[in-house]
Amino acid sequence: MKPLILSIFLTLSASPVLACETFGLGNLTIEQAWTRATIGTGRPAVFYVEITNSGDSDDALIGITTPAAGMPMLHETIITEGVASMAHVKSVPVPAGQTVRLAPGGYHGMLMGLTTALKEGENFPVTLTFQAAGAVTIDVEVLSLREDGATCEHAAQ
Amino acid sequence: MRLTGLQKVLWAGAGIALLAYGVLMVLPNRAPVSVTEADFRPIFSLPDAEGLVRTPSEFAGKHLLVFFGFTNCPDVCPTTLTEIAQVMDELGSDGDRVQPLFISIDPERDRRLGLAEFTSAFHPSIIGLAGDETQSRAAADSFRIYYARENDSAAPDGYTMSHSPALYLIGPKGDWLRQFSYGTPAADILADLQSRL
Repeated sequence: MKPLILSIFLTLSASPVLACETFGLGNLTIEQAWTRATIGTGRPAVFYVEITNSGDSDDALIGITTPAAGMPMLHETIITEGVASMAHVKSVPVPAGQTVRLAPGGYHGMLMGLTTALKEGENFPVTLTFQAAGAVTIDVEVLSLREDGATCEHAAQ
Repeated sequence: MRLTGLQKVLWAGAGIALLAYGVLMVLPNRAPVSVTEADFRPIFSLPDAEGLVRTPSEFAGKHLLVFFGFTNCPDVCPTTLTEIAQVMDELGSDGDRVQPLFISIDPERDRRLGLAEFTSAFHPSIIGLAGDETQSRAAADSFRIYYARENDSAAPDGYTMSHSPALYLIGPKGDWLRQFSYGTPAADILADLQSRL
């Protein structure tokens, strides 16, 4: 039942109005949250986002949860000596006064155990938990499988 | 103490052995060999999604853009395949002279998950190849690239793959031309290809 309910939710929540929404949590600004559409549910999806800490104290992203995936984790792609590997990370530092990007080839969320296929044009919620600031739930846009970055900058202009 | 001739030879031999051992320990065993030879022709013999065995000879006259990856890879592989797709779109009719290949380093799982639906989701021109372990390893060795299965209890099926993420360009005569390191913008790859076509 759960996948069905979720897929109905995803369909209903598909709305271009939410495109490139910015979310705030204390001194944190969270924007440009996106993922690539998936082919079915057999392969893990990715999660990218941009977090700006305008405060005076460091924070860290320590976890993500979403109804779209049974096992979401924070990962980092590491390329050393010409070899790419993925490592779990316990947290992603969000230092004071800096912007951290979860982006292709670096930090990213890995959404394993998808409960539904992610379809282009839809949105789904992801809850980010920070060490200091607490938790916030944001909407993530599902872009084309062939997308190489968030398109918000262009859309906003 | 004076050493006899034989002792000197033995001590020298021991010194050389120690030095050689040291060098072997220091040499990075994970790094792909840098390719400088002028006439280096990687080979492969791998089945495509339909089971038809493909080899370099059938692509003679075309440039090959070759990427080794696995379909369960959420970050690096889609990013590179997206770049390939952009390059192929931009090439337009010249795209007939470029053949992109996706060679699976996780062939058993990729065939099970669906190789063709994955490659075609990025671009219809990309041919996915997935052999058995021996064929895949032989192809990777021929391209002098690294890949390994890494056990990871938290990963899907309990493992993930580490691999050389570059894109390799093979010339119309099967000769290795160059590699584009991970993250090379599609525009740079396109410009390089257009200068050769």
